[in-house]
Amino acid sequence: MGRSGADRVVPPTGFTARLTVFTAAAMAFLAVFALALSLATDRLASRWSEALARTATVRISAPAGQVAAQVDAAMEVLRTTPGVDSARPLSDAERRALLEPWFGPDLPLDRLRIPALIEVVETPTGIDTTGLRARLAGEAPGAIFDDHTRWRAPLVRAAGRLRMLGLFSLLLISAATAAMITLAAQAALAANARVIATLRLVGALDTYIARAFVRRFTLRAFAGALAGTLAGLATVASLPRADAAGGFLTGLGFTGAEWALPLLIPPITAAVAFAATRFAAFRQLRETT
Amino acid sequence: MDTPHVIELQNVAYSYGSDALLSDVTLHLAPGSFHFLTGPSGAGKSTLLKLCYMELMPSAGQMTVFGREVSDLRRDDIARTRRRIGVVHQECQFLDHLPLTENLSLPLTVAGRDPAEEAENLRELMTWVGLSTRAQATPPELSGGERQRAALARAVIMDPELILADEPTGNVDWEMSLRLLQLLVELNRLGKTVLVATHDLNLIRAAKSQVSVRVLRIADRTLQLSGADL
Ligand SMILES: Nc1ncnc2c1ncn2[C@@H]1O[C@H](COP(=O)(O)OP(=O)(O)OP(=O)(O)O)[C@@H](O)[C@H]1O
Ligand SMILES: [Mg+2]
Repeated sequence: MGRSGADRVVPPTGFTARLTVFTAAAMAFLAVFALALSLATDRLASRWSEALARTATVRISAPAGQVAAQVDAAMEVLRTTPGVDSARPLSDAERRALLEPWFGPDLPLDRLRIPALIEVVETPTGIDTTGLRARLAGEAPGAIFDDHTRWRAPLVRAAGRLRMLGLFSLLLISAATAAMITLAAQAALAANARVIATLRLVGALDTYIARAFVRRFTLRAFAGALAGTLAGLATVASLPRADAAGGFLTGLGFTGAEWALPLLIPPITAAVAFAATRFAAFRQLRETT
Repeated sequence: MDTPHVIELQNVAYSYGSDALLSDVTLHLAPGSFHFLTGPSGAGKSTLLKLCYMELMPSAGQMTVFGREVSDLRRDDIARTRRRIGVVHQECQFLDHLPLTENLSLPLTVAGRDPAEEAENLRELMTWVGLSTRAQATPPELSGGERQRAALARAVIMDPELILADEPTGNVDWEMSLRLLQLLVELNRLGKTVLVATHDLNLIRAAKSQVSVRVLRIADRTLQLSGADL
């Protein structure tokens, strides 16, 4: 016996059943990746903006004899500038380390006339850039203040776009799921128009009839989405991890509590199926007396 | 009269398309009455029963069922009102995927009642209409007459106050017709209101010998009380 009254009165709908399970599974699988993309770009954007927003550089290019004096002058300006948390000239070793990836370890710094660099860390309030530039121009003409906006902005913008793309994909996937489940439910309901009419005639309430279909499609969508989500998670977990020391690159994946987020996909899919089937059921019922 | 009519139609009209099929129909079914409805094929007997069952709504006129104006009833009210009415459709309406027993207890199931409560009643009914050996058959596996008998059994399973039967004996032999009539007569004696559409004048005569019946006839798109010419 297994099935209860309300469930039994509606005949099994084999094909649309499999269609719903498959759709829900496929969409959930895709949703896991869209979610991973959103989260990864989110991390990327905040990492870029955080790492770059609070640091700036003063670059000093001057004839060999004047460099040290200009560095001192620039340091003096920075010390008295509001919004500067700390400022520190980079040592030769640090500068060499910066250039090493490009030029190799045996770089003769002294002969190359590489600009001197002062690393500046801002306070959260930030620096009045225009004022600082004006003062630097007066005190140390060879100093150029670079707050990284120039190349930070497009990166952050790109990350923001990627995140929007991820969210938009999630939205599209939800809409497509709703559309396909509505279609499947409508096909099942149309195929059962006579059953529905008969149930109405023997005194069934609309909610009773709708529930028989809604329950079925909701459970199937949930089961399909659960399978798809688990498959998606397993796939994401098996992706090669990006090296944490690799700097800006973060892998497409979840970290920590984020792993729990995709588990929202099955209940959300079930909710979408519930709403879509209910809508289709009441539309069909309105055509019966 | 104090007791409200079970069904009351006042100058009711109905048309499927542009031409009126029924016009100016006035009908009062008192509680406990037994009516036959006759008339030529295509006159509108089934249509009139469908109006009484609220499958169709009057194009004009007033109609009350159990004292309530049908135009005021909402969909759920209609469903609940139907649980007080047992109906035999001319084209029997069953769920083809369910065995006969479950089809017969369908009105109980959809009303949220446990069919097991009425199991004894159901067995008796099935025996009376000669279907006790066909309990597990699905409706498509039954003959036309068997389906008709099943339809009558389903119509009375809820112990309805009103029974509407459209040609309930159309496909069965005379002996079975009398058995089905017997069921209706006994329910009528218990106080149920009965309205039967039929072409079968012998059936009407057989009923007349047992209970007091009134015969209505649809002619010229309206309802007339038939004389004692039977
Ligand atoms: N759904 C419908 N749409 C259009 N016309 C219909 C519809 N149902 C019935 N009719 C027409 O209305 C008329 C009356 O039909 P109805 O079924 O009420 O007749 P009846 O008196 O029950 O006939 P019978 O004795 O053959 O069962 C017929 O001419 C029929 O063709
Ligand atoms: Mg008819």
